[in-house]
Amino acid sequence: MRVPRVPALPLLCLALIYSSALFAGFFAPYDPTMQDREAASRPPTRLHWVGPDGRPDWRPSVYDLAERAGEIGEHKENVPRSYPIQFLSRGTQYKMLGVLTSDRHLFGVAAPAHVYLMGTDTYGRDVFSRLLYGGQISLSAGLLATVLSLTLGTALGTLAGFYGGWADALIMRGVELFLVLPWLYLLLALRAFLPLHTGPGQTFLLLIGVIGLVGWARPARLIRGVVLSAKERSHVLAARCFGASDLYLLRRHVLPETRSVVLTQAGILIPQYVLAEVTLSFLGLGVAEPVPSWGSMLGSLQQYHVLVGEWWMFFPGLVLILVFLSYGMLSNVLQVGTSKEGVGWNAKSTFKSAP
Amino acid sequence: MRYLAVRVLQGVFLLLGVSLLSFVFLEAAPGDFFQEMRLNPQISPNAVARLRAQYGLDQPFPVRYGRWLVSAVRGDFGVSLAYGTPVAPLLLVRARNTLLLTGTAMLVAWGLALSLGVFCAAWPGGWLDRACLLMSATLLAIPELLLGLCFLALGVRTGWFPAGGMVSPGFEDLNRWKQVGDLLWHLAVPLVALVLGTWAVLFRHVRGALLEVLDSPFIRAARGHGISRRRILFHHALPAAINPLVSLFGFSLASLLSVSLLTEVIMSWPGLGPLLLEAVLARDVYVVIGALTFSTLLLLAGTGLADILLFATDPRIRSESLR
Repeated sequence: MRVPRVPALPLLCLALIYSSALFAGFFAPYDPTMQDREAASRPPTRLHWVGPDGRPDWRPSVYDLAERAGEIGEHKENVPRSYPIQFLSRGTQYKMLGVLTSDRHLFGVAAPAHVYLMGTDTYGRDVFSRLLYGGQISLSAGLLATVLSLTLGTALGTLAGFYGGWADALIMRGVELFLVLPWLYLLLALRAFLPLHTGPGQTFLLLIGVIGLVGWARPARLIRGVVLSAKERSHVLAARCFGASDLYLLRRHVLPETRSVVLTQAGILIPQYVLAEVTLSFLGLGVAEPVPSWGSMLGSLQQYHVLVGEWWMFFPGLVLILVFLSYGMLSNVLQVGTSKEGVGWNAKSTFKSAP
Repeated sequence: MRYLAVRVLQGVFLLLGVSLLSFVFLEAAPGDFFQEMRLNPQISPNAVARLRAQYGLDQPFPVRYGRWLVSAVRGDFGVSLAYGTPVAPLLLVRARNTLLLTGTAMLVAWGLALSLGVFCAAWPGGWLDRACLLMSATLLAIPELLLGLCFLALGVRTGWFPAGGMVSPGFEDLNRWKQVGDLLWHLAVPLVALVLGTWAVLFRHVRGALLEVLDSPFIRAARGHGISRRRILFHHALPAAINPLVSLFGFSLASLLSVSLLTEVIMSWPGLGPLLLEAVLARDVYVVIGALTFSTLLLLAGTGLADILLFATDPRIRSESLR
């Protein structure tokens, strides 16, 4: 098989997004649940590359904000004293990867000033920090649900394709049932029948379960097709004649054939499932506040004043689009040579030059 | 005829499957609509038990499913626990609003996709083709959720469009034309969001299907016979390319009730979407099951219609089934 060249840009993009979510504690300057009531609904903090004395500085600095006299909610910068951004500064304690405890952050700023790269939400929580921590929920939900979906799909698809008979018929009826129903309806309905008010960890597992369960049908059908053709290949038949057991045949000859389908499906399913988690959280059915998720962050846009006044709350959406684009480009590469555009007659030569 | 019977039978089984599945999940889930009432010290346990008995929630599972099935066949989908009214009329009103939105959106999206798709396939590589490809690629990368939010923010910030809803307060007092105008004014933003969300996929399919046909030998032969470009495009290529598009159209029809769920919630359009969401949050189970069954019904109608259309448009299928 021709090995397709994997483009660097989407890979780099995804690596950046995933690692920043993984090491959110280090990259985020603040705790995602810390509320700064003084600084609710602030736009992104301005970074100054030129100091108050007019000299350019390699290190950006910020000013402390003070409320304008007589105007509530209007702030201006306290000019004479600037606070340079400190790199590898000490801040709140965090735990990384479940084990590492540290209080070093990539960047921060000394006490009275704050650096809110993407502003704050209505509770005065740093949007940038929440974005990184929210990525942990949204991205890992996408990954785990995909694993669940593909495992289930592979198992059932192989069962249906390899053994056929009534198992095949039963599984394929199930596939049709799940494929034909609108998936958002199914997602909502399935979520409806499960408990609403649970702890964040439980809800997270529930979400993964629901999303993964709803999506098993398409991979199952594709894998069934691959298995059906693979088990009739002559080398497989030969192996069977030599007395190979079903398990050996599956492990050695059939399942390796499904690898490319599984990979392509993963490239398609992961962004779709990230979106599913975001959608459910957006609708208030996901992991509950104060735990951040991209969906619940976007959900605040359902409030009128946020939608109209706080454009920086769209940042999670921007990252979501980036994830979508990157996966889209990757899976385009994975599906080798399906496009036939610009070949042969197709209008380019003859159709256009015709009188 | 036999084919039709098989399809109807399949549909009935699908409906049975969906309703049974939802009842099984319902059974497996802990708690119900009255659970929160039970925590309320002002309501006696007896009252809760009486309410549960009144709505039949105390019955064993097969009895409840059987009862629901029998009444559903008669067009009665049970009672909404939150609204206290029968589910079917509730769903019908909401479904009408949804269909107003999605029906218009589908018409516009298909119109745009067909005209642009045919044009772009006829002149691939032209500036319009490149612009459309770029636009559809962009739209495909933006989730519907964000598209809706962006357009709502845009419409509200400019002040040109209302912030959601279907009609202004005082709608009843307006005269007929003003009513239509008001409705259109409210329809605009969700319509645009929905059209753009669905157009990209449709456009890609139309263009792709036509390009593939234009690439085939019989078109080359037709060119060789000196048949004009226009005639080839509309008399030879388009009918040959229509098969996958008809299936797609059937799918569009089938998804009419469900495609706008998110858009409706974001724009607070009083359709099925917000009702379903409310019902999910309140555990108003009969509404959820009713909505699910209802959309399955439409789904079946859509795919059935697509099959009939396929039969009418594609002579290959016709001859196959006659044999």
